[in-house]
Amino acid sequence: MVGYDIVVIGSGPAGLAAAASAYKEGVKSILIIERDRELGGILQQCIHNGFGLFYFTQDLTGPEYATRFIEKVKENGISYKLNTMVLDITSERKIIAINKEEGLLEIQAKAVILAMGCRERTRGSINISGTRPAGIFTAGMAQRFVNMEGYMPGKEVVILGSGDIGLIMARRLTLEGANVKMVLELLPYSSGLTRNIVQCLQDYNIPLYFNHTITKIYGRDRVTGISFAEVDIKDKRPIAETEKEVACDTLLLAVGLIPENELSKKAGIEIDPITNGPVVNDRMETSVEGIFASGNVVHVHDLVDNVSKESEVAGRNAAKYVLSHKKFPSIKVKTVAGHGVLYVVPQIIHPQKMEEEITLYLRVKDIFKDQRLMITIGTEQNPKPIHSIKRLIMAPGEMQSINLKREQILKGIHVNDAAGIDTGLKLTVYIEAKGERKDE
Amino acid sequence: MNREIICINCPLGCRLEVTIEEGKVAKVTGNTCGKGVEYAQTECLNPTRTVTTTVSIKNTLYALLPVRTSKPIPKDLVTKCVQYLRRIEVKAPVRTGEIIVENILGTEADIIATKNLEAL
Ligand SMILES: Cc1cc2nc3c(=O)[nH]c(=O)nc-3n(C[C@H](O)[C@H](O)[C@H](O)COP(=O)(O)OP(=O)(O)OC[C@H]3O[C@@H](n4cnc5c(N)ncnc54)[C@H](O)[C@@H]3O)c2cc1C
Ligand code: SF4
Repeated sequence: MVGYDIVVIGSGPAGLAAAASAYKEGVKSILIIERDRELGGILQQCIHNGFGLFYFTQDLTGPEYATRFIEKVKENGISYKLNTMVLDITSERKIIAINKEEGLLEIQAKAVILAMGCRERTRGSINISGTRPAGIFTAGMAQRFVNMEGYMPGKEVVILGSGDIGLIMARRLTLEGANVKMVLELLPYSSGLTRNIVQCLQDYNIPLYFNHTITKIYGRDRVTGISFAEVDIKDKRPIAETEKEVACDTLLLAVGLIPENELSKKAGIEIDPITNGPVVNDRMETSVEGIFASGNVVHVHDLVDNVSKESEVAGRNAAKYVLSHKKFPSIKVKTVAGHGVLYVVPQIIHPQKMEEEITLYLRVKDIFKDQRLMITIGTEQNPKPIHSIKRLIMAPGEMQSINLKREQILKGIHVNDAAGIDTGLKLTVYIEAKGERKDE
Repeated sequence: MNREIICINCPLGCRLEVTIEEGKVAKVTGNTCGKGVEYAQTECLNPTRTVTTTVSIKNTLYALLPVRTSKPIPKDLVTKCVQYLRRIEVKAPVRTGEIIVENILGTEADIIATKNLEAL
């Protein structure tokens, strides 16, 4: 069996940044395993610009952003295997992978970084009645066809879902000569960027209907049309009287992404039911020692810049884990999503051994204007405020991040509190209820 | 003339009411900050867009090479630009940043490759 210090599974921005930062930290024996035929992950099909505004303060396209990290990996001489699929990982960090040339591979790693990204939700996960004809694609699949392979999925298109992928594809297909008839969104707002609503839909006069969904799909061999209807805002059920038909030969589903965690489950890693990704600590280590994770496999990101940043934390700490097997104890603090907050990543913080500063990533449950994000630390009965930030706007589609210094966290707790033991300490992030604060 | 546009500079997405008189922006309302006024100026008088699309490529892993304009071009030339590029074909190898078409449609923007594609 071959061995490496660190094996990275997946070569999207998460895997590439993690590998590069582990290398920088001093680990040279690194292998990246990628099932696709090139490095770069989903970015290679995202040919539009809008990437890297924060990380590089430059407006790059997906492939340009990927190229910068690919070149770094190649310059460092980090090894990688393409067209190789990881089938299994054990909690002892043994990896089983397969490719055409070498057959079945067994690889032992001292540390593993999971960077498998997401997969798209399909029709099965949303439930539309009707026939099962050809012409139904997930938006990402269509993106790959149009941008890489060079064929069009169809001519008369309806798109379900107004997240960024749906919006970007509406423009792309229009520019390639298709007639995008409408974009339907179940929610009363879009989770996509305003820039994309303006530049992808309004520029081309493509209508966007909020509070609408597809009720039926027609066609035997190929889609011939759909029915759509307005939904009741409360229970999301279609209102029968509003149902209309529209002819189309193609339906794109842009109904969200789910972290790809079949492998994580096989390794016995604890999964957070809200993020659908592994529970991680401040070093991006999962519940299984020596197995780290970052990027879309942990939680769905909207900005690749955050993926890179988070993955550098994973890479650096995987390297530290390999280089020094020293274990030192620390209090364990659980992060909690309070009022208005859907989730917080990382889920666990070890204040005494965390890095100088950590970034908390979170999503809010609704649109909040001009509100404060509050952070407290302590026991359930005695939470002490340690930080608060005012934000002009927070929306579910836009991930929020908060930087916290180690001292800020340590200030809120007694360091002498029994080390290593779960002391019931919680770090809670919540949105201040209006009127709660009187001093402003 | 009045126009309603959405400012795209930040996630707030303010709805701007823009009054245009004699080819100039006379008044902007609805903006939360100064950037909104600036945006109203360019968007109403001289809207531009960065174009990202593909051209055909031979002799490599994929059928298409992703490309972009080196700077934003006038908005009403976007469709024409994409149509023009549909007829272009290049041959691998190509490096990121390589110029594929110079001065596209007289805009002074170049079309550049956004990906390295090796020859097979
Ligand atoms: C269509 C689309 C449009 C986007 N637009 C933007 C944008 O405009 N701006 C922005 O900042 N962000 C955007 N994003 C988000 C950004 O691209 C992602 O957050 C980022 O690519 C996630 O990186 P990742 O490395 O976690 O996952 P990925 O890029 O998905 O990489 C995961 C890799 O793991 C590989 N893999 C998975 N399982 C295995 C296995 N078992 N064995 C071997 N390899 C495996 C996959 O093949 C893939 O290459 C977009 C995302 C999508 C999908
Ligand atoms: S006007 Fe200012 S606050 Fe409003 S969207 Fe534009 S940049 Fe944001």
